[in-house]
Amino acid sequence: MNLSEAKDFVVSTASLKEVREFSREIFDKINLPQEQKDELVLAIAEAAQNIVKHGYKGVEETTDRMEIKISLKDDNLEIGFFDKGKAVVPENVKHRKLDDIKPGGLGTFFIKQIMDNAVFKKDQKGWVNHLVLTKKI
Amino acid sequence: MTYKVTEEGNISTVFLNGEIDMDVTEKAKEVILPIVEAGKEVHLNLKDVSYMDSSGISVLIESHQKALEKNTKVVVKEVSKSVLKVIMMAKLEQILNLE
Repeated sequence: MNLSEAKDFVVSTASLKEVREFSREIFDKINLPQEQKDELVLAIAEAAQNIVKHGYKGVEETTDRMEIKISLKDDNLEIGFFDKGKAVVPENVKHRKLDDIKPGGLGTFFIKQIMDNAVFKKDQKGWVNHLVLTKKI
Repeated sequence: MTYKVTEEGNISTVFLNGEIDMDVTEKAKEVILPIVEAGKEVHLNLKDVSYMDSSGISVLIESHQKALEKNTKVVVKEVSKSVLKVIMMAKLEQILNLE
């Protein structure tokens, strides 16, 4: 099955629920074990959360929107995240060490655990950041 | 997210309900941390929590660590399968008091 769907959301923590609902609706169309669908929704939600938390750090409220595009071609799942927040320096995107138990720093770790690859692309038109998560499913 | 708190002796049980994400973590902390600060033992019942992300995990860690500081404990009870998976992904099943 091939599909490609995109939706934009206000950059806000209040949008995270909508992001999950959008993702769940799409994965419901794909024949995958529920456990894997839940993991993929978590990865998408964590990436969206990173935009709100880090891309817009210090910004109380914004009308900016972020776009999420989910595409499946053959067995290759690709999820794109577009935002106009602070430019991400990919080398600075790190998760905390797991044995350093403290709140925070796990979102990127979850994404890396769940997805095969996470890359910031330089092809964004009108956006500041374009993160692409991929996974063979 | 909604919640309910019951008390019995020195144990407060906090029943959380719904999805725990960054949008509700402050609310969750406002419920849990003052009880821990008061030195009470907290039982966090997660049977009706259907989703938790890294922000929710941070609440569990912060509550656990605050409890250690106050010489009490937070016990995480009746964790749903999907939330347990996230706790295990964070390799916290040996750190948190899970029952």
